[in-house]
Amino acid sequence: MSRRRQVRKLGNAAALCLSILATLVGLACLGAILWTLIARGMSGMSVQLFTQMTPPPGSAGGLLNAIYGSVVMTVLGILIGAPIGILAGTYLAEYGRDARLSTVVRFVNDVLLSAPSIIIGLFVYEVLVVRMGHFSAIAGAVALAIIAIPVTVRTTEDMLRLVPQAMKDASTALGAYPWRTITSIVYPAARSGIVTGLLLAIARVSGETAPLLFTALNNQFWSKNLNAPMANLPVVIFQFALSPYKDWQQLAWSGALLITFAILLLSIIARLIIAALPGGGTQR
Amino acid sequence: MAVVSAKRAARQRSGERYFRTATLVAALLVLALLGGVAVALIQGAWPALAHFRLEFLTREIWNPVTDEFGALAPVYGTLVTSLIAMLVAVPIGFGIAIFLTELCPRRLRRPVGVAIELLAAVPSIIFGIWGLFVLAPLLQRHVQPWLIAHAGPLPGIGRLFQGPPFGIGVLSAGLVLAIMVLPFIAAVMRDVFETVPDVLKESGYALGATTWEVIWKVVVPYSRIGIVGGVMLGLGRALGETMAVTFVIGNAHRVSASLLAPGTTISASIANEFTEAVGALYTSSLVALGALLFIITFAVIAAARFMLLRLDRRALSGV
Repeated sequence: MSRRRQVRKLGNAAALCLSILATLVGLACLGAILWTLIARGMSGMSVQLFTQMTPPPGSAGGLLNAIYGSVVMTVLGILIGAPIGILAGTYLAEYGRDARLSTVVRFVNDVLLSAPSIIIGLFVYEVLVVRMGHFSAIAGAVALAIIAIPVTVRTTEDMLRLVPQAMKDASTALGAYPWRTITSIVYPAARSGIVTGLLLAIARVSGETAPLLFTALNNQFWSKNLNAPMANLPVVIFQFALSPYKDWQQLAWSGALLITFAILLLSIIARLIIAALPGGGTQR
Repeated sequence: MAVVSAKRAARQRSGERYFRTATLVAALLVLALLGGVAVALIQGAWPALAHFRLEFLTREIWNPVTDEFGALAPVYGTLVTSLIAMLVAVPIGFGIAIFLTELCPRRLRRPVGVAIELLAAVPSIIFGIWGLFVLAPLLQRHVQPWLIAHAGPLPGIGRLFQGPPFGIGVLSAGLVLAIMVLPFIAAVMRDVFETVPDVLKESGYALGATTWEVIWKVVVPYSRIGIVGGVMLGLGRALGETMAVTFVIGNAHRVSASLLAPGTTISASIANEFTEAVGALYTSSLVALGALLFIITFAVIAAARFMLLRLDRRALSGV
């Protein structure tokens, strides 16, 4: 074997080993984070966690008000954000498919998709919290809605585009207006895709902390008032983890475990649905 | 009969008008959101900008008691932590993308790819809490003393590794950020590599090239723009990331040469201080930091998206 060829083969082997090493590093990070969560969060798992309020330092308690608040604000945020996102996605995929406006909206939507979430928090603070004069669950839900919109727009457009043109043509041939075709033919055909988009939006939104810090703030007590500060898991985790109290830190770890596995579960379900879609399985 | 169907037709027509308008309004709302964010931030930042003028950008001082604020330390911290994150995450992300597209056995491709994507789904606060309780002590005990002892005395770069090993600080924040943006960079690069036509790669192999030579001389040049776009998308994430950094940066408004010293970033300052900020000027200065962050990330993300425009849109959904 010539020397040059040997060098090339060695270089090849080295590069490929490094690439395998990089993948192992990535997988190790995921493994390390999940393992830490389980190791530290599991010991705090109990019925109390779901039945009691967040405690003052030094006494026992749970995360009930934070879990409730997170669920309420996530649901509200999706209820506000999803219709807007789905309608905008419909415009991009159907009415404005080739319009110049759509190119601009797509681009802006992509920018919003990657925009820092703390900026959205500041925006809602300036627009809602300052005007209302106080922090509130509503402001938190609006912040989450703004984060959910770009995700929903993107997935809705992609999923509607998968619906075969022939189906739409058939509906049009029967004399249906475009809106009838969209609501009665296209939406049902793309249903599982749209649901997947919503699941991904929920997964994205429910772990967000930064936009809630100065919109919903936090609340140590049980509150159903949407017009007042409301407890939520991410902010409670933030506050408790940075506290010097051992039982608060334990609650933070348990909360972290809960929220992470809820989100990973949602993401996995969404992926399974996508894989079952026609043409979806070949994608990845 | 005729009357009824005329009514129905009218209803269908007005339904069409309403629905069409509703979708258009929703699409315009997306545009309005971005515009609204820009206007609201500039409005909120105005008192601070009018008071400090351009000095806001160049001063290191951050003193709530005397109401004097400057953005230098947070901007510096944001740029340095993001730079560290990119230096670590880009090569590793590149390696993962190469593994997934060129080396991985077909059966493993999906599970490994999904695992990397799941890392992207983990909320940022989890990276923060993990960084504070696991990574920072690890760095403090094992990595930082070594860096201080061996890299500290070196001329030039030695200045980066001075001072006691705090655990938390700029270096730790950069590393946590690196782990956070890693899956985004890897996923985009993989999607970009998958767009390279097989024919091109096969021509390389037919000429006797090794796998690495095909990657470096065929795949990478072909997907150059997409790679840069993916890196910048990751950079956009790193610049604006809040929770992961806030836990481990130490929140000190200082510009230190040493990477082991505590610092702050724009997002960490806002997250730590906003609810406790008293006085119009303090709040406004924090909003001004937010406006700065918005301008920086907007430029980076817009450039990244522009470069990625040509890619198959579906391949990038969820990134």
